[in-house]
Amino acid sequence: MNHGRKVTVVCSVLVVALFAGSIMSRRKVEDIRGRQATLEEVLYLPSGKTVKRLSLGYYSLLADVYWTRAVQYFGSRHIRGSERYELLGPLLEITTDLDPHLIVAYETGSIFLSQRVPEGAGQPDKAAALVEKGIRANPAYWRLYFTLGFIHYVDRHDYKAAREAFQKGSERPGALPWMKIMAARMAEKADDPNMAGYLWKTIHDTTTDKSIKESAATHLLSLRADSDMDELERRTQAYQQKFGRYPEEWSDLVRAGLLRGVPVDPKGAPYKLRLDGTVRVADPKLFPYIERHGGK
Amino acid sequence: MLAIEIKNLTKEYAVGFWKKQWRPALKSLNLTVEAGETFGFLGPNGAGKTTTLKLLMGIIFPTSGSATILGKDFLDPEVKRRIGFLPEQPYFYDYLSAPELLDYYARLSGVPAPVRKQRIGELLGRVGLADVGNKQLRKFSKGMLQRVGIAQAIIHDPEVVFLDEPMSGLDPVGRHEVRELIQSLKDAGKTIFFSTHILSDAEALCDRVAVIHKGELRGVGVVNDFRSSLAEKTEVIWLGATALSAVNSLLAEVHVTGDTVRGTVQSGDLDRLLEKLRQQGARLISVMPVQRTLEDYFLAKTREEEKEAVTL
Amino acid sequence: MTSRLSAITWNTFREAVRDRVLYNLVLFVLLLVASAPLFSQISIGLEKLMLVNVGLSSISLFGVIIAIFVGIGLVSKEIEKKTLYTILSRPVRRWEFIVGKYLGLLLTLVVNTALMTVGFYLALLIFINGLKRADAMLLVAVYFIVLQFMMMVAITLLFSTFSTPIFSAIFAFALYVIGTFGEDLKNFAAMSHGATKWLAMGASYIMPNFASLNVIAQAAHEQNVGSGLIFSNTVYALLYSLAVTVAAVMIFERRNLK
Repeated sequence: MNHGRKVTVVCSVLVVALFAGSIMSRRKVEDIRGRQATLEEVLYLPSGKTVKRLSLGYYSLLADVYWTRAVQYFGSRHIRGSERYELLGPLLEITTDLDPHLIVAYETGSIFLSQRVPEGAGQPDKAAALVEKGIRANPAYWRLYFTLGFIHYVDRHDYKAAREAFQKGSERPGALPWMKIMAARMAEKADDPNMAGYLWKTIHDTTTDKSIKESAATHLLSLRADSDMDELERRTQAYQQKFGRYPEEWSDLVRAGLLRGVPVDPKGAPYKLRLDGTVRVADPKLFPYIERHGGK
Repeated sequence: MLAIEIKNLTKEYAVGFWKKQWRPALKSLNLTVEAGETFGFLGPNGAGKTTTLKLLMGIIFPTSGSATILGKDFLDPEVKRRIGFLPEQPYFYDYLSAPELLDYYARLSGVPAPVRKQRIGELLGRVGLADVGNKQLRKFSKGMLQRVGIAQAIIHDPEVVFLDEPMSGLDPVGRHEVRELIQSLKDAGKTIFFSTHILSDAEALCDRVAVIHKGELRGVGVVNDFRSSLAEKTEVIWLGATALSAVNSLLAEVHVTGDTVRGTVQSGDLDRLLEKLRQQGARLISVMPVQRTLEDYFLAKTREEEKEAVTL
Repeated sequence: MTSRLSAITWNTFREAVRDRVLYNLVLFVLLLVASAPLFSQISIGLEKLMLVNVGLSSISLFGVIIAIFVGIGLVSKEIEKKTLYTILSRPVRRWEFIVGKYLGLLLTLVVNTALMTVGFYLALLIFINGLKRADAMLLVAVYFIVLQFMMMVAITLLFSTFSTPIFSAIFAFALYVIGTFGEDLKNFAAMSHGATKWLAMGASYIMPNFASLNVIAQAAHEQNVGSGLIFSNTVYALLYSLAVTVAAVMIFERRNLK
């Protein structure tokens, strides 16, 4: 059997070498085509309905594939800090055409879509349309109303639409009580800055998607920093009224009894006090969603 | 020169779900076949005949042992150019015609193109299939297929031909034809190694036979020995039961029917027996040497084990 | 060696043809003709798109079906019917048998594809009224389809050397489906972490990747396929097919046949 063993050894070496070669050439192919090559086919697909017809009945399996593609697409663009997400909409459209009951595609996908660039695709109108499509297909699932209201409130700044969404959602059987509270608060004081914090907190506590959870946490920190800085600026104003000039450092405020110590931001770094009495965070990169205290 | 030399050829198969047990199909076979010899490989079904042939053809690999054919290692491709093989109950590509099939095999055996065409025509005539034309093999009878089988085994004019059960499944006419074909190969000086369980075929064609049973070689014998020289015993029939008492000591076996006695005697004691019978005034009816047939040999060899089993 | 190889190749091709494998061409023509009235129903711009999609997709699908259903029997049928006995008792090396079988089926598929492509171009000529220079790009799509066949034949042949036809068919079809989602598979793998990630990545690289060989959609939209991609895909398909074929040879060389 010496001959046989020799054949096995030679063949094994050849197989390994050839496979290694094929993997190298495959990587070359992938480099040429680009990472998103498979996804770009959606540009050629007239609609999800066509895909559905071609999928021979394996709709939900294919929907999972497309949902994974959407997540991959979004994730890889996001990491590179890309500002263009032109395929995200079509991918989500096809996913939800294939499986209209794939809730995660509406809930998570719409938030990917609606958030501001570069955090998301910056397409809140499309996002709202996607969630409305989800609500039509899954009327019993009240949480989608929350997502819809959230998008209207946070990204579209359409408080009336947001209130309506929360209201409708809270009327759904099985809706948790906080949905009602949310609707009531929205009716009272839609422009209360605390409202956004409230919504983000809810997103943070209920989402299953890691990246959205992280994003929500960052949003919450930014909101906190924003309101911290509102308060601090009120005190520098008070100091100015008292002494006729802005404080030069935090210790001036402490000495004046307007502050107990050096204030720190949610990440633990001291706030920066500027000569004109305005306040900034030490590292704005850590708080990308600061709204009222950004800029130079 | 030896055409075939088999040394300690052994094949074991792993059996059972985990392939942990070994079942021997062939136990350490030693055998030689002279060039030009017609050698019969006898044994009941499942004795290991086909296993041996498959080993020699390189279809399965031996667990241990080796063999040479025409002086070279049996797996040497050079050897395969010079041997032919007819498998047991062969099946051929039934979408081909007989000439196409032979052409395919001739190419595989490396027969050059000019020779090929001529040999195909010649061989088809020789096996009685000259007029089949382009009929596909799926329409052939069993006898016709067997003849195609023999044709493919010798299309490249091999020196040694291996035939596995060449007569099985054929009607008497077909058997006769195949026997004639083998005889003509023998006359042409080919070495023929064929396995069979039909003893009369072996007796008619073979120079020597080997008997194999349960994967073990039980004996090798020369066929002519069975026929002529082996009259070890002689059967004598006479009239006159009274003479029996005088000769009883000489007889190996005796049967009495009325006044007729049939007795068997060792050939060396024949003269003394006849003399005594004459003295007793018995009337002799016949004296006949007892032929030891291949069948006796075969049965003796294959039953050895059962006898052992009894004595144990 | 070459004469033995060509004899086995030719015989494999002849078997496929005589087993009426090429009858699928009739079905192909029927499909093209039957969809013609459909084309006139839809808008002008979509007409050609539809024809290209239907034509190229069925060239690919028919070929894969043939590759699987002929391929699974290539070796196992010769073992089953013991025709191999009369082959291996001749000066034929076992690897020659495997390679000859491989080339024979590939030849069948190439001839089949060539005929279908001719039919496809005729259909373009008749239904769309003429060919453009851009239509040469369709040949690249056809070429990629043939590369895909190269890999599929190797895969079915590999299964045929050690498995029964029915299992071979199941395995081969599974690999075909996995291969068409080859890039998704890699993306799945990329999403996992730690040791699982490396295992999954390894597995995804051993699986064939047919996704990059499918340029039907681009061809239909008259997009160019770069020569770099054509070259790299050729190298990939060749090396992959060779690797799988050598694996088939390795199994077959040591196999005790029934």
